[in-house]
Amino acid sequence: MGNEESLFFSRLLTELTLSFHILYATIGVGVPLMIMVAQWVGIRKNDEHYTLLARRWARGFVITVAVGVVTGTAIGLQLSLLWPNFMELAGNAIALPLFMETFAFFFEAIFLGIYLYTWDRFEDQRKHFLLLIPVAVGASLSAVFITMVNAFMNAPGGFELVNGELVDINPILAMFTPAMPTKVAHVVSTAYMTAAFVLASIAALRMLRGSDHIYHKKALFLTMKLGLVFAVATAIIGDFSGKYLAAYQPEKLAAAEWHFETEGNASLVLFGLLDGEEVKYGIEIPYALSILAHGNPSAEVTGLEEFSPDELPPLYIHYLFDLMVTIGMGLTLLSFVYVAAKWRGWKFIESRWFRWLVVLGGPLALLAIEFGWWFTEVGRQPWVLRGIMRTEEAATTSGQVDLMLILFAGLYLVLGIGSAVVLTRMFRRNPVEEELADRAAHKGGGPA
Amino acid sequence: MTLEIVGISVLWLFLFGYVIIASVDFGAGFFNAYSAFTNKEHVLTSIIQRYLSPVWEITNVFLVFFFVGIIGFFPKTAFYYGTTLLVPASIAIVLLAVRGSYYAFATYGARISHRGYIYMYGLSGLLIPAAWSTVLTISEGGFIDLVDGAPRLDYWALFLSPLTWSIVVLAIAAVLYISAVFLTWYAWKAGDSQATELLRKYALIWSLPTIVTATGIIVELRVHNEAHFDSLLDLWWMFALSFLLFLGTVLLLWRRKSYGFAFILLVGQFFLAFSAYGVSHYPYLLYPYLTIYDGFTNEAMAISLIIAFLAGFALLLPSLYLVLRLFLFDKDYVQGKSDYHA
Repeated sequence: MGNEESLFFSRLLTELTLSFHILYATIGVGVPLMIMVAQWVGIRKNDEHYTLLARRWARGFVITVAVGVVTGTAIGLQLSLLWPNFMELAGNAIALPLFMETFAFFFEAIFLGIYLYTWDRFEDQRKHFLLLIPVAVGASLSAVFITMVNAFMNAPGGFELVNGELVDINPILAMFTPAMPTKVAHVVSTAYMTAAFVLASIAALRMLRGSDHIYHKKALFLTMKLGLVFAVATAIIGDFSGKYLAAYQPEKLAAAEWHFETEGNASLVLFGLLDGEEVKYGIEIPYALSILAHGNPSAEVTGLEEFSPDELPPLYIHYLFDLMVTIGMGLTLLSFVYVAAKWRGWKFIESRWFRWLVVLGGPLALLAIEFGWWFTEVGRQPWVLRGIMRTEEAATTSGQVDLMLILFAGLYLVLGIGSAVVLTRMFRRNPVEEELADRAAHKGGGPA
Repeated sequence: MTLEIVGISVLWLFLFGYVIIASVDFGAGFFNAYSAFTNKEHVLTSIIQRYLSPVWEITNVFLVFFFVGIIGFFPKTAFYYGTTLLVPASIAIVLLAVRGSYYAFATYGARISHRGYIYMYGLSGLLIPAAWSTVLTISEGGFIDLVDGAPRLDYWALFLSPLTWSIVVLAIAAVLYISAVFLTWYAWKAGDSQATELLRKYALIWSLPTIVTATGIIVELRVHNEAHFDSLLDLWWMFALSFLLFLGTVLLLWRRKSYGFAFILLVGQFFLAFSAYGVSHYPYLLYPYLTIYDGFTNEAMAISLIIAFLAGFALLLPSLYLVLRLFLFDKDYVQGKSDYHA
């Protein structure tokens, strides 16, 4: 196998691992916060439904976190196995957040084990709740540290480049690159948002399948409210991300927006088809690109013409970007309508079609996460370390990458199917009505 | 002490931690599969569910800590080991996934007790140490060549070398021995006399192959890597001390006395042998290409990694203590009298 093929298969395997891992990782970052909120509401309102909600979410979370751990171990090792030259160079500047991520996860794993195995062990529920804080903090910090590494790849900093070597390294500055604030905020808030919509989707599905227990209604209202909060936060952060891109990675923004010529009063094009340098059938929003890039409708936005063609990402990232944004906007609207209708007492949100929309929201949110990561990774090409190392220089020279691709594809298939089967079986065998009845019987002095 | 030494010592310490706690985990899976095979089920199953299930993720982080740390302190290892270990490390990841999914899917989630799964889980406990132990063999040199400036692993030479196979056998025997000694203690604490007897028997059986292969490897190194062999001999006193501790463990097990102390002696035995091996390997990370000095990161990174490590460790130690108190030293929990599983 030539180096060309090693590169191709390395890219494919990394893409596969990341695409699979990110689903579980996103849930892993977002769900602990949801559990925390539910358990807290349960304690405050002294409402058993919310406590049980937290408990059942935690049970499902164990399954997803396990797959997240093994795929996370895989991507952690694959960084060095598939991109040894990148890690050799970048390790000098960016090893610190990677190292700290291990500690954050260590912390999370320890308290997750304790939390799961100490339900009802404390007289005071609040003590058990306290154990959840390090889980949620550890999970979110893991995301923060890993995203710092990704931010470094997009806007390397904290060192001087002399003859292809990194000197004068400042590990703290390498963590706090210009890309860091928007990227970290975006990853964390979309993880919360996605977790909320996935859990809302489950509640809506239960209701569509005939359960009209108040438990599901409480779950749906809670998750939709949380979903709305984080969707709005994500939209605000998205605006800052646009300004970051315009200032530091203008080629990525121009490619994402199919913006060819540098000009003021730039309009934003949604979707469409590319014919040469002309966009057909697109939805054009006047001045929107200038506003996104610089917060000023007449500001000049750098176009693709200013860059050498061999330093530009492929233009199909336009669709990835648009799909991500469209789903994000759609979910914001959906949760806004739901919360507003709840407030005003509109009945249509209890209709079947609306519930189906909510069910759809979960998978769509996960899909938006995928589009977002594909967009940011492909949009950085041809660089692995922007401006310093090209992806082709980073890849392994090993000849067995194609075999490993097959091996891992098989693994992810088994893990994906396995986790789906186990999750459905776990909850189907123990429906919430039954569990509530059991718990009531225990409290009434029934057999322990 | 130089920064290089501090770095490698920290990593070596965590690797040692991984070796001990992962061995307990791996061996338990194998013994469980074996008792399923001979229809003596349920003796070990409850131990696996009560102790290993809550802590397997912690075990796994020890490994992640080691490989993230070694790239951090010694980025050049990514170039040499990253390129050459693609296949063995990928196999190890897949096997780790088998174990992780077993805990999540079978003992926690749906309580699947399919036999095939139990066997796969058991077998992975032997294959993972086998896969990882080849890294130690490779580090002795002679299996990696530089072709056009890129490192290549000679699979045939590795496969045919007696050194490879003795290290593999040692890894497997040691895993089973460490695990059996620990589980004897745990079963005894749980008041399960049937399991205690069975595991004590396993511990005694696997003590002999462990010590024989360990000695054999030292002899083989004389042929394979004489420089390393010589520095091993300089540390003969550490191995002698380690051997005495080994005798102590076996004697206590034999006389059915203080299983807890027997396990502590075993940890001491492995710590001495593991340290002696590590010290004698100094300064090489990979014979003859890479030493800890030419593979080291810059000073600023090294210092910040060490500070991060100290801060993290201060946070970690009390948390680990809490885990041990809840799952290992809590009599009611160990004996299965209380169950607070979510």
